[in-house]
Amino acid sequence: MWDVIVVGGGNAALCGALMAREAGASVLLLEASPKEWRGGNSQHTRNLRCMHDAPQDVLVDAYPEEEYWQDLLKVTGGQTNEALARMVIRESSTCRDWMRKHGVRFQPPLSGTLHVARTNAFFMGGGKALVNAYYLSAEKLGIDILYDSPVDDLEIKDGKFVAAMVGDKRYAGRAVILGCGGFESNREWVREAWGQNERGEWPAENFLVRGTRYNMGAVLKVMMREGADTMGDPTQAHCVAIDARAPQYDGGIATRLDCVSLGVVLNCNAERFYDEGEDFWPKRYALWGRLVALQPKQIAYTIIDAKSVGRFMPPVFPGVKADTLPELAQKLGLDETVFMKTINDFNAACRVGTFDHTIQDDCHTEGVTPEKTHWARPIDTGPFYGYALRPGITFTYFGLVTDEKSSVFFKGKASPNMFAAGEISAGNVLGKGYTAGVGMSIGTAFGRIAGTQAAAAAKKMKEGAQHAVA
Amino acid sequence: MQSLESLTREAQNLAGSTEHSITWHKKGITANEAEVARALQICNACRYCEGFCAVFPAMARRLEFDNKADLNYLANLCHNCGACLHACQYAPPHEFMVNIPQAMAKVRMETYTDFAWPASLGKLYKNNGVTLSLATAFGLVLFLVLTVLSAGNLLSQPQSAPLAGNFYAIFPHNTLALMFGVVFGFAVLALGIGVTRFWKEITPGQATQEAVSEAAHNALKLKYLDGGHGEGCNDEDDRFTLRRRRFHHLTFYGFMLCFAATSVATLYHYMFGWQAPYGYFSLPVILGTLGGIGLLVGPAGLLWLNLNRSPLHGDAEQKPMDRAFIILLFLTSLTGLGLLVLRETSAMPLLLAVHLGVVMALFLTLPYGKFAHGIYRCAALLKWSIEKRQPNKLSLGSD
Repeated sequence: MWDVIVVGGGNAALCGALMAREAGASVLLLEASPKEWRGGNSQHTRNLRCMHDAPQDVLVDAYPEEEYWQDLLKVTGGQTNEALARMVIRESSTCRDWMRKHGVRFQPPLSGTLHVARTNAFFMGGGKALVNAYYLSAEKLGIDILYDSPVDDLEIKDGKFVAAMVGDKRYAGRAVILGCGGFESNREWVREAWGQNERGEWPAENFLVRGTRYNMGAVLKVMMREGADTMGDPTQAHCVAIDARAPQYDGGIATRLDCVSLGVVLNCNAERFYDEGEDFWPKRYALWGRLVALQPKQIAYTIIDAKSVGRFMPPVFPGVKADTLPELAQKLGLDETVFMKTINDFNAACRVGTFDHTIQDDCHTEGVTPEKTHWARPIDTGPFYGYALRPGITFTYFGLVTDEKSSVFFKGKASPNMFAAGEISAGNVLGKGYTAGVGMSIGTAFGRIAGTQAAAAAKKMKEGAQHAVA
Repeated sequence: MQSLESLTREAQNLAGSTEHSITWHKKGITANEAEVARALQICNACRYCEGFCAVFPAMARRLEFDNKADLNYLANLCHNCGACLHACQYAPPHEFMVNIPQAMAKVRMETYTDFAWPASLGKLYKNNGVTLSLATAFGLVLFLVLTVLSAGNLLSQPQSAPLAGNFYAIFPHNTLALMFGVVFGFAVLALGIGVTRFWKEITPGQATQEAVSEAAHNALKLKYLDGGHGEGCNDEDDRFTLRRRRFHHLTFYGFMLCFAATSVATLYHYMFGWQAPYGYFSLPVILGTLGGIGLLVGPAGLLWLNLNRSPLHGDAEQKPMDRAFIILLFLTSLTGLGLLVLRETSAMPLLLAVHLGVVMALFLTLPYGKFAHGIYRCAALLKWSIEKRQPNKLSLGSD
């Protein structure tokens, strides 16, 4: 019997476990993966979006609460809970000393991250280094950790947690923190969620998972069965357009392709379908996953010419290279005639002013649909490069309803000893869209709160039991 | 897996290609260099490790890794601290199989071999444990035989005590100075030629005073064993410790103190005509004793760490070279201190022969063993200090 059982082993789960232990609770952490894959999607993260009113060690200038909130409001299109969002934002301004105490180290922004240098605090070595630090701290504090322990069922009685099951093993606890992620690794579930489109395709069959292979959503399914309150659209997710050659799971950040805004993007019919130069790539990458998902065969091709080489972060795989445009069309398996018409139309429509990829410049198109509003330059200088894009899901937003105490709800009533944190309840704040580093802010805020709440709940249960005995 | 195939294909294409900038030999990019190139292409798209050391900021100044000299420069900039491996989301069992410390270590071995002078002796880096053992055996036999020839037997008779403490009764000072001078001079020459070739190939540009002092600082403080956060590097696992940095400091500064002791003694001998043995509180003996203690504790600690290192770090094939060198340093100090303590006894001639034999082996193998890492590392550090002051030629967009 433990005071607190933590289901999951990523950032939110670890924050919960550490806070609960610091509050005096005995803690068991059940991580689904083997040790070498521990940490869920946190192992692929790199920073935390942080509110700050003045420069703070690695953070420059200021990023006040209101600006952070407006950014979040914009990306979610209003699909957020203001009270919870503001709580996350405020927590992000104070949590870093605690993180440091547990061995997390911050570093100045990485090269090529100008757009988030002010708003995001980078973990030295990235998310896996953070996860390593937390596990080390957890071991030192005497938290029991079990790997290869995917929880597949929960014993719940009248809205109260009793035990977590891993196969036929039963772990009883006085309180539980559910920090076991979304369901993006469960391809069958994602396939069902996206359903069949008007072309008769099952779009999700062509999705890649950028993150862990262990977020199967088993506990989320159990909670649905038990009648817990859920929220969100199961097709909404952190969904990015990534290199189509990325592995099915765990491709992480390296599989990104940052050249979209420098060239054009064609679907498999060799036609353009969206303004590639709408905004800076960091503000648009989370949109393009969905855009590609809506195209036939869920694939797209970003085409650049020699002028763009060296102007974007180097991709992990070399592009398909051709000296002429028809040759590139052939190599990419696109209809050469349509391809040439699309490129020629685009080239003719380019109104080139002063190209500058570091600002929203005045290079745009006229008389072509869709238009390209910035960085539009004719694709005319060989060699030419093409990269195939696929939708890559990082994590799903559908999950458990929660509140400022990280509570889990059953028919509108908060459970006294069940708490949720991280991706399993991130959708409360993040109904759609994404902005860099906010996932870790949400996970850290709710994880820490869940830890404190779970330890208090366990204490109360213990005292209650003693009273009952007395 | 399409992705892996394409990466592997890239690597294979690179291996054996003759496009490289090494001017004085015809070797193409090797399989080990191609592996570094493959891994760095993944790293360059990730960059999470930029804060750990100089390798990643140096990498980020490049887009392509098809230049042999560049690959050798980056490999020698790597201190094998292990931080990037434990922090790596693409490390095994991930199918990308990124292991920078190991890939770099394998290339470093090729650097030492390829740049060695004379080139034919570069082979000595391979099976280096055997080389060092043979050299030690040779050194010991040489001096034991010489002792017998000069003194009649290995133990001076108690009744003929005058020998005690008088090293030069066994080996005249000039003979020793000549023998060791020649061997040491050769070591300096061989390493000097090797590193000069290396320096030319990696085309470092003009060294400013600032760059030189920064590089010296980074080398002398072992800056890049601090993990970027000052907590040290990895040994058995993802824990950071300062043990390796400290044991290395003890070893290096111990070695330098011993070297200083020898140099001071040489000055005493030739400039002032003061002959050994020197008193226990004389400068050479104090320097040698302090250095000797460092050179006992340091190598012992490094050996212990080496035996317990995570098997994923570095190149398993080079462990014999690392350990043989560490043990030789330890023996140098142990026999030297032993000689100091027992120099007044009848065991002196035997101990002297053993000590000189070990030192001879150390000097003989200096250019063709682990010692070389320090020389090439310093060159790489200096290049980095020069390079980082040059304007970045890339103009990548930001994410």
